[in-house]
Amino acid sequence: MTDIVDERVDPVNMPGDVVLEARDLRVWYATDRGPVRAVDGVSFELHEGEILGLVGESGCGKSTLGRGLIGLLPEGSARDGELRFRGTDMLTLKPREQHAMRGRDLGMIFQEPLTRLNPLMRISEHFAETLKTHDKSISKAEIERRSLDVLRVMGIPPTRFHAYPHEFSGGMRQRLMIALTLVLRPPFVVADEPTTALDVLVEAQIIRILHDLRANYRTALLLITHNLGIIAEACDRVAVMYAGEIVEIGDAREVFSRPKHPYTRELLRSTISLRTTGLNFIEGAPPDLVEPPPGCHFHPRCPDAMKVCATRHPVEREHAGGSRAQCWAADFKDGLAADVPESERAPLNREEISVADEA
Amino acid sequence: MPTKPEILSSSPTGRSEVVLDIDQLAVHFQLQGGALSRLFGLKARRVRAVDGVSVSLKRGEVLGLVGESGSGKSTFGRALLGLVPATDGRITYHSQDRGERRVSEMRGAELRQLRTDLQMVFQDPHAALNPSMTIEEAVGHPLVIHKIASGKALKTQVAAALERVGLSPVERFLPKYPSDLSGGQKQRAVIARAIILNPEVLVADEPVSMLDMSVRAKILQLMLDLKQEMGLTYVYITHDLASAKYFCDRIAIMYLGRIVEIGPTAEIFENPRHPYTKALLKAIPEPDPDRMVPRDLPRGEIPDAAEPPLGCSFHPRCAEAIEGCGWESRDLRTLIEEHWTRKVEAYDDEKAVIGDLGSLDQPSTTARIGAGGAGQVRALLDRIKAEKPDEPLWKGVRDIEDAGNAVEVHFVPADAPKLRRAGGVDVACVLYPDES
Repeated sequence: MTDIVDERVDPVNMPGDVVLEARDLRVWYATDRGPVRAVDGVSFELHEGEILGLVGESGCGKSTLGRGLIGLLPEGSARDGELRFRGTDMLTLKPREQHAMRGRDLGMIFQEPLTRLNPLMRISEHFAETLKTHDKSISKAEIERRSLDVLRVMGIPPTRFHAYPHEFSGGMRQRLMIALTLVLRPPFVVADEPTTALDVLVEAQIIRILHDLRANYRTALLLITHNLGIIAEACDRVAVMYAGEIVEIGDAREVFSRPKHPYTRELLRSTISLRTTGLNFIEGAPPDLVEPPPGCHFHPRCPDAMKVCATRHPVEREHAGGSRAQCWAADFKDGLAADVPESERAPLNREEISVADEA
Repeated sequence: MPTKPEILSSSPTGRSEVVLDIDQLAVHFQLQGGALSRLFGLKARRVRAVDGVSVSLKRGEVLGLVGESGSGKSTFGRALLGLVPATDGRITYHSQDRGERRVSEMRGAELRQLRTDLQMVFQDPHAALNPSMTIEEAVGHPLVIHKIASGKALKTQVAAALERVGLSPVERFLPKYPSDLSGGQKQRAVIARAIILNPEVLVADEPVSMLDMSVRAKILQLMLDLKQEMGLTYVYITHDLASAKYFCDRIAIMYLGRIVEIGPTAEIFENPRHPYTKALLKAIPEPDPDRMVPRDLPRGEIPDAAEPPLGCSFHPRCAEAIEGCGWESRDLRTLIEEHWTRKVEAYDDEKAVIGDLGSLDQPSTTARIGAGGAGQVRALLDRIKAEKPDEPLWKGVRDIEDAGNAVEVHFVPADAPKLRRAGGVDVACVLYPDES
């Protein structure tokens, strides 16, 4: 009921400068069986004050992409391609320089807030630690002023500033996490499933806070979620990820009302919403990313698959309405792939997928 | 495309018989107090997880229990199977073969026997399966425990159950360990284990919420198919109203251990009555880009079940609350804190006027606040009221009295509203006149 946030700007009509730009970004993990191509050639850009939603099933590389953008990757992983933050390619920077950017320039909001907060430290101490890491000479008064300011936006009363994490409810802890990320005012933030552990009413409160970040801080936000409803309500643009690739990206309204890629369409159809009148699902499961299928990675599960899909990897093309998608079937439908011969357009005889071969 | 099957609210003979009758069920948990409080004989705190729930389950229906975490829906589901003992009230199971049985009074062997008729599917299939048991062992385990089958007969029945839940070719899955299977496959195995004893009632506690969205529909479809084939009755526990809308014949909305609204699914969704039901419906994120982030949602979170709010449990978050909803001291604390959240700059000065807020934590219809003179406290309360004049709490203030350096705010006392008939549903809310 407390409406603390006022909407000052309408970022959809006011796209700001490009904050983050990925070109052919790859993140691979080393395993005994060979490299896992968790993110395999992803390109997109994110503007100031814009929210880009990232959806896809589990195991499609969403979280790896999110962490890869921040540089929070485990041992035995490597990034390649280009990743520009305000024009500077971060992949060419020294590890120490990359480290300094985390927090200050690149923020991250995790799924489980309680595991990220130190149970022995008061909230005020969390803020002091965060702020001092990036500015050793910051005064106590300044720490308190900046902390209380961001807590106000998150709707946490100043009476709780010296409380411990366990004294807060689940939703309040997630607000604290967001506050701890935002107190450094990073221009770019990744939120990885920030509401998955929360109840629907609290989830809606958190989504509203994230949605209002662009008005309050002009943050560029990458919102990773498996919930298409959240994407529809909170995001300006949406990127659909499958098997390490962005298979479709575009304006959220356009992608939801006119999905180009069959994966996007089937994902939308399989979501159970209040308007669901029949149950739909995608057969099979996302592929093993050590050895993804040849051609289009989605072809073994795709109801629209053609002969060409099993052999040639589709090219990303821009479609009417502004969405970009990589799909042969969508290309033909929109008259974009004239060079592929007629014979290649015959429906693909797909192998039967067993009912139980599912995610 | 599979569509929603006809509602089977009655048995094949057309009679609408009750299979489980729950009467004023209460499940309370005693919290361990500290050594000191026990020494001084202080009252140990009790969490009222389920607090007087009455509902009857008809044979062949799907009853949905919907609520947030902490609403008591899972405890209720467990109590139905005797997995947690009932503190009060009665659960009566009308068995098709064995007549009437009192679940709430059963112990030990009797309860184990009951599990051949009442079974449960848990939320996390990974935690529900023993990692060192193969699928064959896990699914066949109930038959072994109840000494129903062994040897070849056991293997045949396990294979039939796996076939039934779609885990075929069966030979491929029998020797697998849970860690070899995907989430959806594990949940199928858990369902196979639950149906292998041919139960009458299946309590499914969030059976799809841990699964990827691309398989949720598949598992729900499987459950609908099994219901048709085996004549099962379901209690479907979930926080997800969208799947409940599709899956259930009747829905009970739970909040803090009580049912606040119960009725046929269509009526609940077309004409929600309880403010909590309305809020839940509004909060569901819909994959519709024309919908914007909802702004008028209830504040706060589900309160502590050990110290529930006075009056109606939902009143502190309710947008439609009126004077007789049970306003009290803790609500005043929330209001003052909200004011300071908005006006951080005034916090230090005003805190001196208000003094310690700790005294407001004891639930009471009389709230005593202030340390800096009654006049100043009154002026501050007036300022807070002026910021948000339509704040429902003020409706519940009967009067404000000076008390030395402080003031005493008296609220209108209220009882928790009972379920009453309103249109086609039962709702526990003072906004609807009690017709009984």
